Amino acid sequence: MCDVADRRLSVRIQQRSPIPLDLDFTCDPGDVLAIFGASGSGKSTILRSIAGLYRPEHATIRADGETWSDTASKAFAPPHRRAVGMVFQEYALFPHLTALGNVMTALGHRPSTERRSRAEDLLRLVHLSDHQDRRPHQLSGGERQRVALARALAREPAVLLLDEPFAAVDRMVRRRLQDEIDELRRTLDIPLVLVTHDFDDVVRLATRLLILERGKAIASGALSDLTSRPDMPWLRDAVGLGSVFDARVVRRDPERGLLELTFGGGTLIASNRVLDAGTVVRVRIAARDVILATSEPDGLSLHNVLPGTVTALNADPAFDHIVVQIAVGEVLLLAEVTRDAIARLDLTSGKRLYALIKSVSIGVIPDFRSI
Amino acid sequence: MDWTALRVSLWLGAGTIAILLPFGIWFGRLLAIHQFRGKVFVEALVTVPLVLPPTVLGFYLLVMFGARSPLGQAFQSLVGQTLPFSFEGLLLASAIANIPFVVQPIQRGFEAIPSDVRDAAACCGLTPWQRFARIEVPLAWPGILTAAILTFAHTLGEFGVVLMVGGNLPGETRTLSVAIYDRMQAFDDRSAGVMAATLLVIAVATLMLTTTLSRRVGVRRG
Repeated sequence: MCDVADRRLSVRIQQRSPIPLDLDFTCDPGDVLAIFGASGSGKSTILRSIAGLYRPEHATIRADGETWSDTASKAFAPPHRRAVGMVFQEYALFPHLTALGNVMTALGHRPSTERRSRAEDLLRLVHLSDHQDRRPHQLSGGERQRVALARALAREPAVLLLDEPFAAVDRMVRRRLQDEIDELRRTLDIPLVLVTHDFDDVVRLATRLLILERGKAIASGALSDLTSRPDMPWLRDAVGLGSVFDARVVRRDPERGLLELTFGGGTLIASNRVLDAGTVVRVRIAARDVILATSEPDGLSLHNVLPGTVTALNADPAFDHIVVQIAVGEVLLLAEVTRDAIARLDLTSGKRLYALIKSVSIGVIPDFRSI
Repeated sequence: MDWTALRVSLWLGAGTIAILLPFGIWFGRLLAIHQFRGKVFVEALVTVPLVLPPTVLGFYLLVMFGARSPLGQAFQSLVGQTLPFSFEGLLLASAIANIPFVVQPIQRGFEAIPSDVRDAAACCGLTPWQRFARIEVPLAWPGILTAAILTFAHTLGEFGVVLMVGGNLPGETRTLSVAIYDRMQAFDDRSAGVMAATLLVIAVATLMLTTTLSRRVGVRRG
């Protein structure tokens, strides 16, 4: 049980109809794999297959050191025999049971004398102790989501599955729930698979990313690797390109409203956030916010002038701009520039230049464990 | 007032519920949850007793129960008496005539449970039987209750099928509704009136019970 490879979730699914699916991925304990794609691309079907609620034509699913599905050997464990916690898109709480009753339903593997106190502990964990006797219709959207999360955790799952977990709550609640899930992830140490069509969820929670287009995995890998690739037209059209990487707060300068961050490529100045020195943050820099210069400029208002080397150029005829990948230390940044700029600056692979970024263009997400 | 007829009516109502409810829960749930080829035909077949004139239904049941039919022969060799014009035959006929009243509300009850909720129950580690008993039945309860009460009320009021299959044997197949007809034929308006009023009171009472119970379920659920 202690071996990481043993607790890894590995999934291979292939089918032609009714929903075409073709993908193959693994997710280690402690990782959050985000399956990102448009609505109708088969995302939920993948989660349902892992849970055993759907049986694809061909599937091999292993988790918790066991084979859950293997169509080749006709092995199939029904959903109630899989240690899987699932949070459904509409939460799917049991309407005739209280919050406590909902959580207790998933505690059948525990002795009956322990169930109640265990359920109370879980509701406390999701900050719902005051509402344990309420029924789902007496709870707000965010509260229902928390009950669903507590119920999923009650099973003591070997894999946690989240199906569009924030789709039905407003922006403010969403942020708080994202933070709570991120906090949980650190203590759980199990594979976590998140299905979403909102890139904000990906940037905030994922460590690994799988991009799904019409049921086919078109790219998968570590979040920082995929987001720094210049040849991702699907991502470019859906959310805009932009590198995501981790950094640490070195110093806070409240007077000037600035934050000094250190990252694999040196130092970044971001605009004001109420963060303390030492905090690990996740940073996203949109490709269209990066300006390139061949010599170090002078007399500019912006703070970040990062020396780097061009590592790749991507000229997609279907796209107006050229995407330039620049290595700044160990970190790869992307910049979107016009074809005219490429010609004027004579940009080729290997050329040394400066990446210019305004401090307000740096998206900082606090409190993140490293990728 | 024909107390024997009232007793036969009440026994017939209770017996029909006892036979039909387990079948209705199994079959209604099957129709609600599973998709299969020919489902539309099966659903139409289930509804047929609702639109058929009771005499037509009674005629076919009589043919089906007859001494020359396999069912009639089997029953006779097993029990030693014939199905038609017996309480057992009447009970079986009543159960068949009431199929739509049981299956449809129960089917609607199970259909109202979102498939995600059933899936969530499976993901909570509940076995199929636990899911059925702890999640599905409590949620489909209003439909099951409606089915039971409709069946009871409809059985008390059934006339055509009873007369065709059961005839008019006191203490065996003479129900209250047949007894009313019998008294009217004999120009005994007073007895007929008392019995008609009794049926009316029972009908209103059962419907009040349904409304109250389903409202209570509604409050619990929101």
